[in-house]
Amino acid sequence: MGYPIRTLLMALIIGLPATVYAGSEAVTVENAWARAAIGTSRPGAAYMDISNTGDEAVTLTGIETDIAMMPMIHRSATDAKGVSSMSMAGDIVIAPGETVMLEPGGYHAMLMKLRQPMEEGESFPLILLFSDGGIVVVEVPILGIAARGPEG
Amino acid sequence: MRRRSILRLGAAGLTALGVTLFVGWWQVDGPGAPERPRSALPLPLSEMAFDLTDHEGKPVGPETLIGRPSMVFFGFTYCPDVCPTTLSDISGWLEAMGADAGGLEVVFVTVDPERDTVEAMAEYVGYFHPAIRGWTGPEAQVRQAADGFRATFEKVATEGGGYTMDHTASVFLFDEAGRFVSTIDYHEARETAVPKIRRAIDRKTEATG
Repeated sequence: MGYPIRTLLMALIIGLPATVYAGSEAVTVENAWARAAIGTSRPGAAYMDISNTGDEAVTLTGIETDIAMMPMIHRSATDAKGVSSMSMAGDIVIAPGETVMLEPGGYHAMLMKLRQPMEEGESFPLILLFSDGGIVVVEVPILGIAARGPEG
Repeated sequence: MRRRSILRLGAAGLTALGVTLFVGWWQVDGPGAPERPRSALPLPLSEMAFDLTDHEGKPVGPETLIGRPSMVFFGFTYCPDVCPTTLSDISGWLEAMGADAGGLEVVFVTVDPERDTVEAMAEYVGYFHPAIRGWTGPEAQVRQAADGFRATFEKVATEGGGYTMDHTASVFLFDEAGRFVSTIDYHEARETAVPKIRRAIDRKTEATG
């Protein structure tokens, strides 16, 4: 009651900057593809290039899709002894102007507990979740099991 | 005075030399030495012993590979990322080599025999280059095979109550006498992988052993 209206307005502007949704709104996705999976007991994998065309960092916090009960971003790594392992990626910060590649042998959308088989030639929507509350929906084409990249 | 300072200088020099030698030893051979990339090279196939089954149900072992150049790697069919990439890479190298790769034995050994039955291996390898054979068998035999190749694998629990496998992702090349030639790293470029395969094929048995 006692606060002058200008102070309230200032608080609003500082607390809710106009760029709240500019973060994930500035995200573009290219070269999305997934590898077909045999049956539903094996996990599937999807790949894409996620670019931040905005002027502030965005943070990818997770993924969702109807085709899998447990979709999450994982990262494969191969150590100096040639041993490959996989772990949950956690949040991925994409700096302004940067592109994060989800590609074989690195970050990938790991689709665990498939609800339906991932058949070559079909596609499915995958939702990217960002820390600012924004989402980006990507339609992911399913390529063959032996595909090496978005071109097949 | 003069002699003492020379002596002192000499002592300091010796100390410095000692420290230098010690630091060198520490970094090269001592506890400070960088971890060697591989503890040992794979054994020759003739010194390995294991009994597995291929994806057509036939009994196989190291002796199956001797007599022809071979390319062997470990993985599992529930692997979403690294293994299909390796199988695709190999399929691409074999396609690039065409008839030159005709005499090559190419074997994918599962490190997850619990899920990778003969039938599972047959279905899986069917999606890749027809030269690729899939081998499975009792876990103890798979372990024995991996030991011979100096490969490792380990079961790791995943979030949903399932499991995945950490494993050596390198591809091992042997000549027709079963002698180890070289490894191809995970996701190595075709430009370097294909010449390595050619070297394994070209190394004839002029020196037996």
